[in-house]
Amino acid sequence: MALQGNYLGMDLTVDDLDIENLAYFGYCAEHRFHLQECTGCKLVRYPPTTACPWCMRAESRWVPIEGAGTVHSYGEVHHAIQPAFKAHVPYMILLIDLDTQKGKPSEYEALRVAGNLVTPDGNLAPAEMVAKVGIGSRMRMAFSDVSPGLSLPQWTMDGISEGVWRYKE
Amino acid sequence: MSASETDASTPKFLADKYAIVGVGETAFMRGQGSGRTTRAMGTQAVRAAIEDAGLEAGDVDGMLSYSFNDSTFSPMIAGDLGIRLNFYMDVYGGGSSTEALVGIAIGVIAAGMCKTVVVFRSMNGFSQVRIGGTGARSAVPVSGDALHNRAYGWQSAGQMFAPSFMRHMHDYGTTAGQVAMVKVIHSQHAANNPKALYRKPVTVDDVLSSRMICKPLHLLDCCVETDNACAIIVTSADRARDCKHTPALIRSVVGRVCKPRIDMHYQHGPISTVAGYYGKDILWPNAGVGPEDIDITGSYDAFTFTTMLQLEDYGFCKKGEGGNYVSDGTMKLGGKRPNNTSGGHLCEGYTHGIAMVIENVRQLRHDVDDSCPVGADGHRQHTYDYSLGGCRQVRDAELTANLGWAMPGTGSAMVMRRG
Repeated sequence: MALQGNYLGMDLTVDDLDIENLAYFGYCAEHRFHLQECTGCKLVRYPPTTACPWCMRAESRWVPIEGAGTVHSYGEVHHAIQPAFKAHVPYMILLIDLDTQKGKPSEYEALRVAGNLVTPDGNLAPAEMVAKVGIGSRMRMAFSDVSPGLSLPQWTMDGISEGVWRYKE
Repeated sequence: MSASETDASTPKFLADKYAIVGVGETAFMRGQGSGRTTRAMGTQAVRAAIEDAGLEAGDVDGMLSYSFNDSTFSPMIAGDLGIRLNFYMDVYGGGSSTEALVGIAIGVIAAGMCKTVVVFRSMNGFSQVRIGGTGARSAVPVSGDALHNRAYGWQSAGQMFAPSFMRHMHDYGTTAGQVAMVKVIHSQHAANNPKALYRKPVTVDDVLSSRMICKPLHLLDCCVETDNACAIIVTSADRARDCKHTPALIRSVVGRVCKPRIDMHYQHGPISTVAGYYGKDILWPNAGVGPEDIDITGSYDAFTFTTMLQLEDYGFCKKGEGGNYVSDGTMKLGGKRPNNTSGGHLCEGYTHGIAMVIENVRQLRHDVDDSCPVGADGHRQHTYDYSLGGCRQVRDAELTANLGWAMPGTGSAMVMRRG
C-alpha cells in the first residue's frame, strides 16, 4: 500500500508500484534499517534497486544492517532552496560509510548512506551541533518519524570523534 | 602512450571529417529577462547561426536540441524558419549535452540521414525555469527514489555536488582561495567580452567574502542563471569548405560518459574523481593529441570546482594538483592554456555549455568578438593586449578542448582544430 506523509511541510509519497522502496521504508517505519543482499554474490546494496549492481542478479533478500559508520563527506547548506528547509539552516547533508561492507567489492566502494545530521530524537540538528561534525565523525542512525508507516533514516553523533576534518576558508 | 590509447572505444576515421561551420546566439539577460518565448529566442539563435555560416534555410535538414522540458521542440523552430527537416531529435538534458549532440549529428550525417544539422539550446533560465532549483520547482512533492535525496534537502546542483567538492579539499588539501581563482580569472576574461553579463573583475577576497550557499560553495563560486539561446551548425568537412568562415574541425567527441551507477554515483569512489576520468581514455586516443597539445580549454564552470575537477581528470595536471593548476596563471588569457575565454557560466551567462563551444569555434577562426577594431576585410585586428577591456583572442589558436559537465558522474568532451 502506498506510503504518504508530510515532513516539514513537504509532501512525501511512495506509490504502490515501487515495491523496493515500500519494503525499505516499511522497515524504517519500525526503526529497523534493512538493505537488500544479493542471493548470488552476497553483496548488500544501497539504495533499493530491482537488480544487483554488482552481478545483475534479480533475486535478493532483506537483511538487518547496523546503523553505524563514519562521515565520508558532506555539504553544509546555509541557503536553503526548498521551503521546507528554510527555517532549519544551517543543515548538514551527510554521506556515511557504513561499517558493514566498507571497502567491498573494491577499496573504492562502501555503502554510502545519505541523511541529515539530527538530534537523537530525529530533529534537524542545531547550529552548534553542525559545527562539531565533519569527515571522520562517527555516526549512528536515528529516524525522523513523518507519519504512521513512514520514517526517514537519519544520522546523529556517536560521541565526540577525534581527528575530524571540517571545511575552513 | 597509455595502454588505453590502443583500446579506444570508437573509430578514429571520423576525425576531421566533420566541422562546426556556424554559430549564433541571443543576448545573455537577467533583470527584466528576455521578454521573449524560448521559441522566439531559439528562432533568433538558429537564424543567426545559419547566416553566420553563409547558408540558407534550405541547406539545413537536421536539428537537435536539449532541455529540461523548459524549451521548444526543434520542429517548431525549423518550421518558423522555413526549414524542412529530414531528421530531428530533442533530448532531455542540460550540461554536457552539446558535445554529445555534436557526436550524434556526426553519426546521423555519416548514416546518410541528413546532411547539415543545427544544435540549439534555448532557455529562460532566469525569468522562467531556474535550473538552480529556486522558484516553482523548489516545492514539488517528493516521491519514490527522491526520498533518498530531496527529502534530505539535497536537491539543487550545488547541494548534490558538494560532497565531491568537499572530499577533494579533504583528500588533496585544495583550498577555497585556490578554487576562487577560477572565478577571478573568468571575470577578467569577461571584462574583454562585450556580450558577457558580469564584466566587472572580482578578487579572491570578493569570492570568499560572498555569502555561503552550501559549503564549500560561496555565492560567487556559483554560475549566473540567464535567459539566452545559442545554436551551432554541424556539417561535413567537404560542405564546410563552401561556408563563410574557417571551419572548426571536430577531432574527437565524448558523449555523456558516466561513472558507475550515476544516480547514486557516491556508492563508487573516489568521489573526488569525476566522469572525465573515464572520458579521457576516449577523448585523447581518438583526437590523436593529448592535453599538452591543447591551446584553449572550455572546462564547464557551473561552479568554480567543476572547472578544476574536469581539468584534473582529463589529465591537464596530476590528480590532486587542480588547485594549483587553476590558480597559477595557466588558465589566464596570456597564460599557457586559457580556460573559458568568454568568462564562462560564472560571468558571461549560462546556457548549459553550448556558449563555451561557440567561444572556441570563434577562437579557432581567429575572430573572437572582443573590442578590437574591425579591419577593412571585415576581420578584427587583434592586439593580443589582454588588459581589461582589451583583446581576448588567443594567438595562433589551433586546438581546443571543451569539457562539458552534467554532474560528478556524467560529462562530455570535444576536441576541435582550426580547419
